[in-house]
Amino acid sequence: MLAIDVISTIFMAAGAFFMITGTLGLLKFPDFYTRLHATGKCDTLGQILIILGCIIYEGFSFITIKLLLVSAFYIFAGPAGTHALMKAGYVCGVPVWKKGDKRM
Amino acid sequence: MTNNGRFFSIAITFCIMFLFWLLFSAWTVYIPQSYDMSQVFKGILVALIVAFLTHEIFLPCRGENILLKSRRFVAYSIWEMWQIYLATIDVTKRVIGMLPVDPRIIEFDTTLRSDLALTAFGNSITLTPGTITIDIEPERGRYMVHAIAKEPADSLTVDQIMQKKVAYVFMEE
Repeated sequence: MLAIDVISTIFMAAGAFFMITGTLGLLKFPDFYTRLHATGKCDTLGQILIILGCIIYEGFSFITIKLLLVSAFYIFAGPAGTHALMKAGYVCGVPVWKKGDKRM
Repeated sequence: MTNNGRFFSIAITFCIMFLFWLLFSAWTVYIPQSYDMSQVFKGILVALIVAFLTHEIFLPCRGENILLKSRRFVAYSIWEMWQIYLATIDVTKRVIGMLPVDPRIIEFDTTLRSDLALTAFGNSITLTPGTITIDIEPERGRYMVHAIAKEPADSLTVDQIMQKKVAYVFMEE
């Protein structure tokens, strides 16, 4: 049992690390578009790792299939949501930060 | 669609829907004290209703080479998983400050035309390192992409590895 605890904890900690990195990027990056880069990409791997940790902790059962489907749904829906925000920002004319500009 | 084809597509949709119902709720049926045939009939009924309502969306009748395409798609999604990992590492490095942030907007043309291929490639761009899709023109297969630095932009406009992979999967080279 201990081995399973350790492995699942490692997976969940790695997932939480990437989530926190995404949040740090949200605070640090200079404009709307680059902030979306941080959240849109880190969240995908973060949720995959956290759900893998949950699966390893619980052992294989019917719930595993549900968790895998949740993960797969996020892989399809996450990029679509990021793209929707990106396009809405671009259509509304949110200015694009270039290297050397002032932080927005 | 002919009557026979309609029955066939409803039957296939029903089978898949019922399989999903089994996966989602079989554990409530197989637990001994709550074993109940009426649960299974409810499942069949719901699967039938869903099959009647959605079989036209679920099985569009213009598919060619579906088996070959799905086999290629599985191989492609394994490669895509690796790209998700690389993308997160890339953003992490930029957050820490090991790599520069130098955003730009690029446009390029592809050979893709069908809805599914365009959507798959748009999603793949967002999942791979350093690039996010802003807009797609379906008629010309033209993509407008926001890249966070020069190297991710070059990987789309110069190397074009991913275009070739997606075009290979959906046979639109």
